[in-house]
Amino acid sequence: MLWYTGRRVLQMIPVFFGATFLIYFMVFSLPGDPIAALYGDRPPAPGVIEQIRAQYNLDKPLLQQYLIYIGNFFQGDLGTTYSGRPVSDVMAGAFPITFRLAMLALVFEAFAGILVGLVAGLRKGKWFDASALVVSLLLISVPTFVLGFLFRLIFGVQLGWFRTTVSSEAPWGELILPALVLASVSFAYIVRLTRASVADNLNADFVRTATAKGLSRRRVVTVHVLRNSLVPVVTFLGVDLGSLMVGAIITEGIFNINGVGGTVYKAIVLGESTTVVSFIAVMVVIFVLANLLVDLLYAALDPRIRYAK
Amino acid sequence: MPNKSGQAHFVAELEDTPVAPIDRLDESQKARSTWADAWDSMRRRPMFWISSVLILIIALVALFPGLFTSVSPNLDCQLANSNGGPEAGHPFGFTRQGCDVYARTIFGTRASVTVGLLATGLVTLMGVILGSLAGYYGGWLDAIVSRVGDIFFAIPTILGAIVLMSVLPAATPTSVAFVLSIFAWPQIARIMRGAVLSATNSDYVMASTALGVSKFRILLRHVIPNSIAPVIVIATVSLGTFIVAESTLSFLGIGLPTSVMSWGNDISQAQTSLVTNPQVLLYPAAALSITVLAFLMLGDILRDALDPKARALR
Repeated sequence: MLWYTGRRVLQMIPVFFGATFLIYFMVFSLPGDPIAALYGDRPPAPGVIEQIRAQYNLDKPLLQQYLIYIGNFFQGDLGTTYSGRPVSDVMAGAFPITFRLAMLALVFEAFAGILVGLVAGLRKGKWFDASALVVSLLLISVPTFVLGFLFRLIFGVQLGWFRTTVSSEAPWGELILPALVLASVSFAYIVRLTRASVADNLNADFVRTATAKGLSRRRVVTVHVLRNSLVPVVTFLGVDLGSLMVGAIITEGIFNINGVGGTVYKAIVLGESTTVVSFIAVMVVIFVLANLLVDLLYAALDPRIRYAK
Repeated sequence: MPNKSGQAHFVAELEDTPVAPIDRLDESQKARSTWADAWDSMRRRPMFWISSVLILIIALVALFPGLFTSVSPNLDCQLANSNGGPEAGHPFGFTRQGCDVYARTIFGTRASVTVGLLATGLVTLMGVILGSLAGYYGGWLDAIVSRVGDIFFAIPTILGAIVLMSVLPAATPTSVAFVLSIFAWPQIARIMRGAVLSATNSDYVMASTALGVSKFRILLRHVIPNSIAPVIVIATVSLGTFIVAESTLSFLGIGLPTSVMSWGNDISQAQTSLVTNPQVLLYPAAALSITVLAFLMLGDILRDALDPKARALR
């Protein structure tokens, strides 16, 4: 396991630098000058542009620019927004809110998804299974922002169960509705994944052995079927973090939550590309780290992964 | 006990042995391909026909929107009709600008479907070429493709697209599709590489090598056709997800410009009058969801049909 962990950590290093370089390159070296874009149609005095370029190190070669950027990144300096606030400062204020939102969404999608998926898998072909499949397909095919609008309209405006916008402190209670919206797509994927995996494992030899040696149905299902079916679900949760982050940008935008996603949403709408880049770079780093963690967890759960070449 | 043929031991008649069914196989008959088997299992499922008919209708609407409505989506708009409800000739009511929602939904099909098709085509092309070369030739080519793929894979598709779209000027359906495929190809390439790796070690490849077929020709004629099935399944599903991705980018205001009619743009614009006039949001959203649903269902059915293990279980 130690050997495997070391190898995976080493593999992650080029991915980390490659991904951050790619994002940096996309923003600062492609046509569409972010500095010129600051000024719109009326070009500023030529000296101003030069000065701003020097301030952001844009006059240096690309690789050097990137190294300065990544050096600052590791020291916690993520640049400043156009209003002059440090990005790291904005992020420190926004992160706890998004963390609460994501936790609520994760708990909901994991518990409800696994439960519905397990029942559907155990009753494959029955009406519960069929309706779970249809509902999951529907949830995947409706874009998150449409679902967000609908939930806000139905539960917020018409039924009045929840507030339609979240206050700046974002207490847990107000985050329930946005968390449900955020969790919906992943919930659907978890239902499908658990269902397929449970149905597969029900036919496995070890389940037949467990039944044959006289274990109760309840014990066979919880100890043997469910535990083995959760392995692919755990790996999915890592990949899913990416869609949760995209989803957070949309749900926090719709419900006006001042979290990481809401900040990115506003920055996109206002065209503040430096803020967008810094935030998304941090998101990508979190995504890479989470995937590493899940890979290690996967290897711990399934010994075949560790020993494979 | 002596038996009829005078043997010392009992020998069963061929009809009584387990090899009898194998022996009865007609060898002169043409071997059935995976695709013929898949077609046989697919055409017996109603879901396959439902999704196929839906996709056919969507394709027709995208190609010839004029066949489905005589109302112009942006020239017949009258402010007097602003946020008006359904009436004769205008079954879905009107937008805030007084445009016919039905006509806009019909004419919005083309842009959304174009992005989905184009992005899927690009991703499949890149993924199949890079994945099969990496899996087949291995060595440094594999190392480069796999490592570069890892880097692009580390950036979630929409996050990457947000960064790229927010710096690129004026988007078109082509550029949106291109941007989405830049970040989505590693998934297909990984699947293709895995499938090619296992196909390369099979007997028919060795047989072709022994017959003196060139290495590249084996790749084209034998390895790729035998490993493309899982890619087709994923490509079908991703067509739907690309349409959702386009609408998400449009919703964020960095997708197609508002002058281009697309479902994403219409849904995005509908949010201002959502509370008073939800139908403006509902109809384009429903059209989008039905399209995505059709491709998801088709992908599911293809997966079941192409995976013999799943077929045996059912």
